Amino acid sequence: MKFPVPHDVKAATIPGTEGWERMYPYQYQFVTDDPVRNQYEKDMFWFYDGLHYPEPLYPFDTIWDEAWFLALSQYNNRIFMVPPVRGVDHRMINGYVYISPVPVKDGAEIGSRVPHFMERAGHYYKNWDELEKKWKVKMEATIRELEKLEIPRLADMEDISVVTDAVGESKGYHLLKNYDDLINLGIKCWQYHFEFLNLGYAAYVFFLDFVQKLFPSIPAQRVTQMISGIDVIMYQPDEELKKLAKKAVELGVDNAVCFSQEWTDVEAALKKLPKGVEWLTSLNLSREPWFNVSTGTGWFHHDRSWNDAMNIPLNGIQTYIQKVKQGVNIERPMEQVRAERDRITAEYRGMIEKEEDRKQFDELLGCAKTVFPYVENHLFYVEHWFHSVFWNKMREVAAILVEHGIIRDVEDVWLLRRDEIKQALWDVVTAWATGVTPRGTQTWPKEVEWRKGVMQKFKEWSAPPAIGTAPEVIQEPFTIVLWGVTNSSLADWAKVSEVKDLSTVKEFKGFAGSPGIVEGKARVCKTVEDIRALQEGEILVAPTTSPSWAPAFAKIKACVTDVGGVMSHAAIVCREYGMPAVVGTGHATKIIETGMMIRVDGSSGAITVSR
Amino acid sequence: MATNLNAAAGAGASAPELCWFEEVRKDDVALVGGKCSSLGELINAGVRVPPGFALTTHGYSRFMREAGVSGEIPGMLANVVHDDLEKLELASRAIREMIEQHPFAWEMEDAVAEYYRKLSVRCMVPAVPVAVRSSATAEDLPGASFAGQQDTYLWIRGVDDLLHHARRCISSLFTARAISYRVKMGFPHEEVKLSVGFQKMANSYTAGVMFTLNPGNGDRSVIAIDSNFGFGESVVSGEVTPDHFIVNKVTLDILERTICNKEITYTVDAKTQKSVKIETPFERQNVQSLIDEEIVELARMGKAIEKHYGRQMDIEWAVDKDLPAGGNIFILQARPETVWSEKRAREAAEGPKATSAMDFILSSLLTGKKVS
Repeated sequence: MKFPVPHDVKAATIPGTEGWERMYPYQYQFVTDDPVRNQYEKDMFWFYDGLHYPEPLYPFDTIWDEAWFLALSQYNNRIFMVPPVRGVDHRMINGYVYISPVPVKDGAEIGSRVPHFMERAGHYYKNWDELEKKWKVKMEATIRELEKLEIPRLADMEDISVVTDAVGESKGYHLLKNYDDLINLGIKCWQYHFEFLNLGYAAYVFFLDFVQKLFPSIPAQRVTQMISGIDVIMYQPDEELKKLAKKAVELGVDNAVCFSQEWTDVEAALKKLPKGVEWLTSLNLSREPWFNVSTGTGWFHHDRSWNDAMNIPLNGIQTYIQKVKQGVNIERPMEQVRAERDRITAEYRGMIEKEEDRKQFDELLGCAKTVFPYVENHLFYVEHWFHSVFWNKMREVAAILVEHGIIRDVEDVWLLRRDEIKQALWDVVTAWATGVTPRGTQTWPKEVEWRKGVMQKFKEWSAPPAIGTAPEVIQEPFTIVLWGVTNSSLADWAKVSEVKDLSTVKEFKGFAGSPGIVEGKARVCKTVEDIRALQEGEILVAPTTSPSWAPAFAKIKACVTDVGGVMSHAAIVCREYGMPAVVGTGHATKIIETGMMIRVDGSSGAITVSR
Repeated sequence: MATNLNAAAGAGASAPELCWFEEVRKDDVALVGGKCSSLGELINAGVRVPPGFALTTHGYSRFMREAGVSGEIPGMLANVVHDDLEKLELASRAIREMIEQHPFAWEMEDAVAEYYRKLSVRCMVPAVPVAVRSSATAEDLPGASFAGQQDTYLWIRGVDDLLHHARRCISSLFTARAISYRVKMGFPHEEVKLSVGFQKMANSYTAGVMFTLNPGNGDRSVIAIDSNFGFGESVVSGEVTPDHFIVNKVTLDILERTICNKEITYTVDAKTQKSVKIETPFERQNVQSLIDEEIVELARMGKAIEKHYGRQMDIEWAVDKDLPAGGNIFILQARPETVWSEKRAREAAEGPKATSAMDFILSSLLTGKKVS
C-alpha cells in the first residue's frame, strides 16, 4: 500500500494560511531542515486520528492532545516498559493530528524489557480493583480542586483585606498562578487517565484476539457481549433522567415538566408548585455530578455539558415521561442482557475443543471483565466531568481577557495556544498593575481574526487518512483497538478517499455494532440538540453518540454512526435494546439525508440507501 | 434395529429385503448402508426428511444371487489386474450388462410395488416421483466413493423405472475404477454390499448444502449455507457459484451473504417429468435464492442435527415449493464433515500448553498485528 510523503502533503500549503504553524507547538511540525528528523518522519507510518478529531484542532484544544501524547507514551515506554513498543508520536498538518506508534526495533532490548513489564504490568493486573479504588479517590480530589479554583477579576483597587490580613499577594499574581494551576490540573487529570488504560485495552484486545483465533468468524460484537451487563457509571446520567421522569409522574408535575422545550420556562413554572419545588430539589441532586456529562466527546471546547445546556436533559426527561405514561418500561433490561451474555458465553465456550484453550478463555475473559469498568468509567471522570468544569473555568479566564481588550469575545480564546494565553495574562496583569494599556489589545484581535480564517480553510481541507511508510506489524494496543488499524482498514481508507461524489453512494459499510436488520426513515442528527426532532421509529444517523444521547435510543429502531467501534456507546446501547447498529461508517452523515429510506444490517455492517 | 422390521413385507423374519427409512437407525449401516441409515436416524431425531424406503443389503444379495452374478463374478474377474485398463473395461461392461438386464424376482418386484404404492399414498401424489440412490455399506472406504459415482437418479416415477434405476445403482459397484480399486486393495468383490434408497423427490424451489462449520476456516461457531434455485444438483456438482451465507450458530443471525450470478437451474421438465438443466431466467440470476427466514430456519435445523450427532455435519437440503412456509424445508442427507475434523484431530496431538492471561497478553504484544 502506497501512501503520500508527509512533507509533500504539508508543502502544499492552503493559500491564505501561510504561517499557520505558529498556531501549534513547534515539535508537531514535519520538518525539512533537519535531515535526521526528516528521514525518521519519512520512514514512519502516520495515520490521521479522525477517531478523536473529526475536525481540525483549535490552538487551545491542542492541550489534550499534548496531554495524551505525554501520558500514553510514558506509561508504555517509561513506566510499564511494554516490550515491543515505545510511545505514540504526534504531528500536525493543517490542524489535523497524525499519530504514529514507535516500535522498539532491537530484539535484545525487547527481551530486556520483558521482566520489567511482567513485574510492573503484573502488579496492576493483580491488584486491579484495589488500585482502581485509589484512582477514584485521586481523580475525585483533582476534580474538587478544579471546582474550587478561582479565576479572580482584577479590581481597580484591591480589597482592604489584602492590607488588614497582610496577604502580601495581589489578584494579578493570583490570576497568573491560578491559570497555571488550572492548566496543571488538566495535565494531571490526563496523567491519571492513562494509568490503567493501556493495560485495560491490552487485556481487552487480546481477549478479542484469542476468541477470534478460536472462532475466526465470530463478530467482534459477540465478544464484547461476553463482557456486557457490568454496571458502569457512564450510564448513570441517563439513569438520572429516567428517575426524574418517574418522579415527575409520581409527584404529578409531569405536565409542568413537559409544558415547554425551554428549561427556563419549565423551571419558572415548577417553582410556583409546591411539588414542583420538591422535584427541582431532586433535580439538583442529580445535576452534581451527573449533568456534567458532555453533549459531545468532551474533547473540544464547543462540547457543552447538560448543565450548560439544560434543554437537552429536559428533552430526555420529557421523552421518558411520555414512555412512562404510555406504560412502557424504561429500565435498562439488565436481567435479559446478563442472561443472554451468559448463554452466549456458555455456547461459545462449549465449542472450544481443547481443555487448555478453555482454561485460557476463562482466564482472559476474567481479565477483560476486571478491566472493563475502568475502560468505560474513566470517560465520565476525565472527558466529561473534569473537562466540562475545565472548559467553563477557561471561559472565566477568557472573560478577563475580553475585559482587558485582548480578545473581543470569550469564544475567541480558543484561537490562542495555552502558552500564548499565559503571555497575554502577563501583558494584562503588568498593564493593570502599572495603569497602562496592554500591548496585546492592538495585536491579538487582528491575529485572532486571521486565525479564524485559517480554521475555516482547515475545516474545508480533507485530511488524507494515512501518510508515510506502512509497517508490516503493529503492536501498540491502542492503535489496534481504538483506531482499528489493520490491513483491511487501511484498504478501506484508501477507498474512502477515492469516493468523489457522496450523493451517489447507494451502499456502504461500517462495523457490525449490534445485530438485526431494519428498514426505515433516516434522521440525521449532527449534534445532540437535533435529537428533539426524532420521531418514533426513525433510524438515527449521527457523527457519534455519547451518554448524553441516551434518551434518543428510546425512540429509534436502529442507529448508524460515522465514528466508533464495537465498544462505542451506540453499539453497546443498541445491543441492550436489541436493535441493529452499524458504527464507524466514516461518512454516513454525509451520504444519508433526513427522510431517506435506508436499510441497516447490523449483522454484516451494510447500509443500503434508497435514492 | 427396530423390531417391526421383522414384519416387513416380502422378507424373511431375520432378513428383510425392504424397509421404511423410519425403521432404521444410524447403526443399521450393514443393513441399509450409510445414506439410508442416516436418513432413518434423522427422521427419528425429529428432523424433517422426505419419506422413503430402502432395498436392504439382503435384497441386494438375493438379487445378485438370482441374477447369477454372485456366482460368475469370481470367474470373470479372476485374471484381472488392477492396472490393465482394457481387461477391466471389458469385465466391467459384461458384469454391468448382466446386472442391468436381469429382472428382480417377482416377489421382490411385488414388494417394491407395494412399498411404492404406500409411499405415494403417504405423499398424496399418484406415482410419486422419487430419487433413487445407492447407499454404500462402507461409506468411509475411499473405494466406496467410486461405487457411488453415478448413483443418484432424480425424478423417477413408476415401479418399472424404480427397479430399472435400482439395477443401475447396483451395477455402478462394478465400474472399471471400482473393480480396479478393490483388486488393488485386496478387497473381495463378493463382500461388497449395497442398499438402494427410494426417497420422495422434494419438489425444490431452492436447494443446496450446509456445513455446520465454516469450510473456509474451520470455525465451528457458524453454519455455512450454499444455495441455488431448483434441485441441489447444480450446487453439489459445482456447475454454478451458489449464493453463500454464513450464520452465527449461537445467535442465528446472518453474518455474511454473498449473492452470486446463478446461470443454471435444475428443474423438472413438465412433459417428460424428468430433471432438466435450464438457463435461469435472466431477471432471477442475481436474486437471493433463499429468503432470510429460511436461512435462519435451516441453520436452526443444522444446529439440531449437529447436536444429535455430536459432531460437525455436511448436510443436503431443499425447500419444497408445494408446501406452505414453516413446514417446507427438508433435509435430504446428512453426513459427518471430514476435512476439518481430521485436521483438528491432527492438531490436537500437537497441543500448545496453557498459559496465564498475563503470559498470553505478553506473547500477543510481542507478536503484534500484521497490517500488510
